[in-house]
Amino acid sequence: MQQQNYSWVPLFPERASSFAWEVDALYFYLVAISVFFTVLIVALIFYFAIRYREKEKFKSGAEIHGSLLLETTWTAIPFVISMTIFLGGAIVYYNQYRPPKDALEIYVVGKQWMWKIQHPTGQREINELHIPVNTKIKLIMTTEDVIHDFYIPAFRTKGDVVPGRYTTIWFEATKTGKYHLYCAEYCGLNHSGMVGWVYVMEKEEYERWLAGNVSNQTPVEVGKDLFEAKLGCASCHQQNDQGRGPTLVGLFGKEVKLNNGQKVTADEEYIRNSILNPQGQIVEGYQPIMPTFKGQVTEEQLVALVAYIKSLGTQPQSNATVMTASR
Amino acid sequence: MENIKAIETRETKVNYLNNGYSIWSWLFTKDHKRIAIMYLISVSVFFLIGGLYAAAIRLELLTPQSDLFETGTYNKIFTHHGIMMVFFFLIPAIPATLGNFMIPIMIGAKDLAFPRINLLSLYIYWLGGIITLWALIKGGVDTGWTFYTPYSTTFSNGYVVLAGLGIFINGFSSILTGLNFIVTIHTMRAPGMTWFRLPLFVWAHYATSLVMILGTPVVAITILLVAVERIARIGIFDPSIGGDPILFQHLFWFYSHPAVYIMILPSMGVISELIANFSRKRIFGYEFIAFSSIAIAVFGFLVWGHHMFVSGQSIYAGLVFSFLTMVVAVPSAIKVFNWTATLYKGQISYDTPMLYALGFIGLFLIGGLTGLFLGSIGLNVHLTDTYFVVAHFHYVMVGGTVLGYLGGLHYWWPKMTGKMYSEFWGKISAMLIFVGFNLTFFPQFILGYLGMPRRYAAYPPELQVLNIFSTAGASVLGVGLVLPVIYLTLSLVLGKKASANPWLLPGLEWRTSSPPPTENFEETPVVTWEAYEFSEDNGLDIEKAKQELATA
Repeated sequence: MQQQNYSWVPLFPERASSFAWEVDALYFYLVAISVFFTVLIVALIFYFAIRYREKEKFKSGAEIHGSLLLETTWTAIPFVISMTIFLGGAIVYYNQYRPPKDALEIYVVGKQWMWKIQHPTGQREINELHIPVNTKIKLIMTTEDVIHDFYIPAFRTKGDVVPGRYTTIWFEATKTGKYHLYCAEYCGLNHSGMVGWVYVMEKEEYERWLAGNVSNQTPVEVGKDLFEAKLGCASCHQQNDQGRGPTLVGLFGKEVKLNNGQKVTADEEYIRNSILNPQGQIVEGYQPIMPTFKGQVTEEQLVALVAYIKSLGTQPQSNATVMTASR
Repeated sequence: MENIKAIETRETKVNYLNNGYSIWSWLFTKDHKRIAIMYLISVSVFFLIGGLYAAAIRLELLTPQSDLFETGTYNKIFTHHGIMMVFFFLIPAIPATLGNFMIPIMIGAKDLAFPRINLLSLYIYWLGGIITLWALIKGGVDTGWTFYTPYSTTFSNGYVVLAGLGIFINGFSSILTGLNFIVTIHTMRAPGMTWFRLPLFVWAHYATSLVMILGTPVVAITILLVAVERIARIGIFDPSIGGDPILFQHLFWFYSHPAVYIMILPSMGVISELIANFSRKRIFGYEFIAFSSIAIAVFGFLVWGHHMFVSGQSIYAGLVFSFLTMVVAVPSAIKVFNWTATLYKGQISYDTPMLYALGFIGLFLIGGLTGLFLGSIGLNVHLTDTYFVVAHFHYVMVGGTVLGYLGGLHYWWPKMTGKMYSEFWGKISAMLIFVGFNLTFFPQFILGYLGMPRRYAAYPPELQVLNIFSTAGASVLGVGLVLPVIYLTLSLVLGKKASANPWLLPGLEWRTSSPPPTENFEETPVVTWEAYEFSEDNGLDIEKAKQELATA
């Protein structure tokens, strides 16, 4: 692993993700605007301050009340400039927060004060994230306790990790190396210790890393075990529609019709909510008889269940992800 | 000896300071000026406490390891710093002291509309302050001043409810002050003092008061809900009992973003006064400055979501909040351009207050422009929760609010106390503050872009040099801030007597004696001139004022 070398006073962070240059470009655009206006105003103030310094004690200044033309000008110009900043930011943000469909999915669970990470192939790590270079990575994140924030400055991205729901961020690392990982949302006593490293590796090296780490069951296998044996979900949610609950085969990503007429998309959040609060959204044609599993499953087990139910999906893309990822 | 006697005989004139010396004549006063002085002493005490916590933060951050304090102690220190500074210094600093003292005088009134409510607001402030201090002494709070849930409701072991109670109570002080200002400005203006003859300081306080009245109840409700969840375990914010943690952030920032404008608008009002008066000409674009204050107050209520771009709120909500944030930047830009244009063809003098005003423009400019970085949503993702944010809001809060406060305090000090302070030391401290401030906070922009998260007791070693710069700057800033306490206090004893109008300015406050009589004016003034009117039409007896100045 190559060690990063820092100059005596670092002034600029490493740039190691596909959209980092967009963020930096926006930053330099704003720096340019700021320097321009700061120099303009400060120069004017200095010029006026010297040119119009008091010539005679208590003499009055010129009778100038204002100018509609000038006021309009310096209302319109800042407005136009601020709109360009808004548009630039909107474009960059849109790219940052719309995860691509073909990304490698890695699960992250935050916990006071550590990051627990699980790869689709089953490898687990704590406070370290090993990823292959030039590969789109999507993190599906939640937390067991308070709000945390998964932040990798070199990738110019972060995302709050919120209890009770899944949040996602994605990135594509473009440079191998070792980068800081921080928790950026204050989370209590050891907040500043909730840090770690992201290791970006060549793809072959990543494969070797995966092989060198004893793989436990993959999340899908853990989920299958929970679903079929430990939690007994399969007694109601059968392979066909004959069970007391709807079948979950081919569910993920589809639209589900509820008994109140609403339609919802069966995403990660929906599956999680249906396990923890089954009475909340009842599928049309079924009785509200499922008990809650709140308190009986951990966040990591939930993640595994979600992964398993996703693997039952008929969506070709998510299947493909599972297949390639599990080699 | 002879001199002292001579001064004593001259001081026989009754003013608000010498008409009663007992403690009760202060505690039961209804005089807005005495209440303002008591507020001034109180906010200074809270500023001192907050400042000591700041010093502790900077000392801990001298080294990358968490070594001076235990991490838990450090968390309490930055929480206490934030709570003291935001709720008990920055919010009341200018309105309750300078606003309270000057608004009635500047509009030609005898007092505020509700003098008893004014005193009540001071008592409420004390009660809230004492309860919060008590919570800090008993064991403190470690939630950060933002009290994010579910940490604050479920996980923190600190005295969250007690500290929250103090802040809750203190909020009513803000509401009552705002109410008092609005009614006073509407109903108690002297004959001839039309809305567009009001000094811009008064306009700024009008806008501030709107925010105080409309925003503060929301934070009160939010704190109440936190207490309900913490005590009764009723699920409001904690998802494990059915709540929504993001709801808290919406409620909290719905108040706390406008609260930023409670802090900065009065300061902008002070700067408008200083720039126009020390340039000795009318302010450039009076109406634009006045209405930009109102625009800031209104749009300020629509941008709270820009604190939550990475919280998991919808992409589209984020885009709308980013757009509105860009819009609210425009009225601030208008003010900066107008202040600069006011200098053009002025007769500018560089007394201490003017140094603060020019310093304010420079620092607010950087504070405002870096706000654009954070409002631009794509850049915010990288910058939020880092030292860039810390640097940005200190440029606005310290560079803006504190400089405006100190500028105003020096400007009106002769009026408030009847004494002149040392101009030499005034200039020295203004310059120390400007240099020290920049040295403290500019490196933090770089630290932020490098990715140093805020609220970290320990940080990677490669960031140490910039942190050392910051701590060194904080020491200079500290000296700059202690000096005024010394020379202003000394001026009460050693200072030259101030004449009624030491700077020969046309405002109403300079047309009554220094310090003013209890009723502010011997007879109700009739206003026939515009704000910042330096021509002959301003009705000022300039020769008399000059004579008084010479003999003072």
